Amino acid sequence: MEALLEFLSFQDPSVRMVTLGAVILTASSALVGSFTFLKKKALIGDAVAHAVLPGVCLAFLLSGEKNPLLLIIGAFITGWLSLNIIDFVTNESKIKEDTAIALVLSVFFGFGILLLTFIQHGDYAEQSGLDHFLFGQAASLVGEDLIIFLSVGLLLIALILLFFKELTLISFDRQFAQTSGLPVKWLELLLTSMTVLAVVIGIQAVGVVLMAAMLITPPAAARYWTDYLPRMVLLAAIFGAFSGFSGALISYVSPAMPTGPWIVMVATTIALLSILFAPARGIIFKMKRQQENQLKILTENILKSFYHLGQKHQDMKHRYSFDEIHSIRPSIPKPRLKKGLRVLEKEGFLRKKENSYRLSAEGTEKGKRVVKLHRLWEVYLTEYLYLDPDHVHDSAETMEHVITPELEKKLEEMLNYPDRDPHDEEIPYT
Amino acid sequence: MKKKILQADNPVTEVHDLTVTYDRKPVLWDIDLTLPKGSVIGVMGPNGAGKSTLIKAMMGLLPLASGYVKMFDEKLDDVREQVSYVPQRGTVDWDFPALVKDVVLMGRYSKIGLFKRPRQSDKEIAMDCLRKVNMEAFAERQISQLSGGQQQRVFLARALAQHADLYFMDEPFVGVDMATEKAIVDLLQEMSAKGKTVVVVHHDLQTARQYFDWIVLLNTRLVASGPTKEVLTDELLAETYGGKLTLLNEVSQEIKNKEFPNREE
Ligand SMILES: Nc1ncnc2c1ncn2[C@@H]1O[C@H](COP(=O)(O)OP(=O)(O)OP(=O)(O)O)[C@@H](O)[C@H]1O
Ligand SMILES: [Mg+2]
Repeated sequence: MEALLEFLSFQDPSVRMVTLGAVILTASSALVGSFTFLKKKALIGDAVAHAVLPGVCLAFLLSGEKNPLLLIIGAFITGWLSLNIIDFVTNESKIKEDTAIALVLSVFFGFGILLLTFIQHGDYAEQSGLDHFLFGQAASLVGEDLIIFLSVGLLLIALILLFFKELTLISFDRQFAQTSGLPVKWLELLLTSMTVLAVVIGIQAVGVVLMAAMLITPPAAARYWTDYLPRMVLLAAIFGAFSGFSGALISYVSPAMPTGPWIVMVATTIALLSILFAPARGIIFKMKRQQENQLKILTENILKSFYHLGQKHQDMKHRYSFDEIHSIRPSIPKPRLKKGLRVLEKEGFLRKKENSYRLSAEGTEKGKRVVKLHRLWEVYLTEYLYLDPDHVHDSAETMEHVITPELEKKLEEMLNYPDRDPHDEEIPYT
Repeated sequence: MKKKILQADNPVTEVHDLTVTYDRKPVLWDIDLTLPKGSVIGVMGPNGAGKSTLIKAMMGLLPLASGYVKMFDEKLDDVREQVSYVPQRGTVDWDFPALVKDVVLMGRYSKIGLFKRPRQSDKEIAMDCLRKVNMEAFAERQISQLSGGQQQRVFLARALAQHADLYFMDEPFVGVDMATEKAIVDLLQEMSAKGKTVVVVHHDLQTARQYFDWIVLLNTRLVASGPTKEVLTDELLAETYGGKLTLLNEVSQEIKNKEFPNREE
């Protein structure tokens, strides 16, 4: 707890640095990842992440030191090579992209592990910390290393902003981009290189194995919240940054914890919450809307039945017992009907005394409106769509719940306030 | 030989000795034609005739096994700005997060240039083009909520927004209702009167007579190219649609199977 407060106060300059580092790294991966995601190349990130390992090890072996710039260059070379091999194999053979990715990924990673084992068994003074590349350790981002990683991250963010328009176009419609004279080959090379760079620096924070998730999870989560691309990309960056922030915090509070898994856990939680709760696309939202619709249909149907009964008895305030109501609409299961009645009573459309119900003034109005809409819709179908009067009832059963007051007005005007429906029933107006 | 290939007086594009292969199998043989400036041109032929292939090859989207293509007497890459292409539908992911107006605005990107944001005038042009295809009411819609014909019209609007001089449209009227099709054809004819050239892949022989000034009949090889009246004859149509090409196809398949080179090297 104390450590938590200490972290959040940001007094310690190294805390500030580590947090800044983690946030920039994850945000820039999420930005670049947005375009890999839109290009449906989610697996590419995974391939690159694994393919940079041999590059890192080779750079270390050749230079004998852990110079971050050299490690980045080494990682960049093998990562970039792997992507081009994947492209080459896909274009020049019958092998499909997913197979090519799997092949290249395992070959490069295998070779990387081999080199890493070799290094760990040799006597290299500086080798400790190389394995951070496997799982990520934000806390090890200090001093000169940090500055270099930060610069790359900021460079990526700047590139994305500069080329936003063009990257959008090649992700949506590559062919069109090509025919409209954009330098597509060049832009794709740029995006590939940015992906590799994002992976190379992101690995510092989350490690090889989980890097792909850092590219793809934030944009996938962001996609649930909006249909507007700039907003989606911004949200992805925010989700990424928040995950990075949380990772840095956890890393600080308990230094033994590897940062990567935590960052990815946070990002995944955000994605999960998005899938469940995002408005319009989220599962819960959809379920809730369906439930609301069901309830609306149920209650309006009950009011309609009351209205019909009232007309039959020539008394809108007539009382009915539960069983009487149920006998009118036997298709509604009793518990459902009970629920509908309870809701209507609570909303003031029905009055309950002992075990019987009657319409309130508002209830009468609402029942009348439903009947009116039903009959208006039947008139509309017969007059405008030339349906036979005996074919219009079923559609009206649904539409009576759907038509909004605005549509209702249009309908009335279009049909010029008819008195009678196709079955010669009266259409009640208020 | 039953073919009729006329040269345009005022050519806007020239295809010379063009052969295109997929996997070594030739799908276009030795196409040689010129198309006249300021006209609406129909490209017709049965399914699999190579219409899309011809257009794609002309747009530089496919490698050429032989021959060359010139537009405005230049190589395509030097005049990209003046040429616009509407692909046959179904080549993009319609679930992409974009609004209808964003997609039409993409037609302006090459004019806007790198690093810059769309100007107000670009947005106005985009809206104007949406109006021309009767889609202005959908400007703010998410593209995933469009019907097939509406998607097609959005692509047309995007092409119009490019303000090009030469348009290639691969079956732009598929799924578009008759009234809209008529309105778009009127628009294309208006454009051709102003000196623009529109090449349209089209399937309906009935309407072809009214729509096009010039027609190209294609079935793996070029059967005819010339003014509509001279080309839409029963004989040439029979040659295009009924002609027996089985032998040619068998030979093509053989080339593919045996991995022969298409030309002697
Ligand atoms: N990517 C491809 N790989 C291999 N063969 C192809 C490919 N695309 C097209 N073909 C073949 O090339 C030939 C010409 O195809 P193309 O798409 O140009 O025909 P089309 O005239 O546009 O037909 P449609 O009227 O159906 O659009 C066909 O025989 C087709 O099978
Ligand atoms: Mg085609």
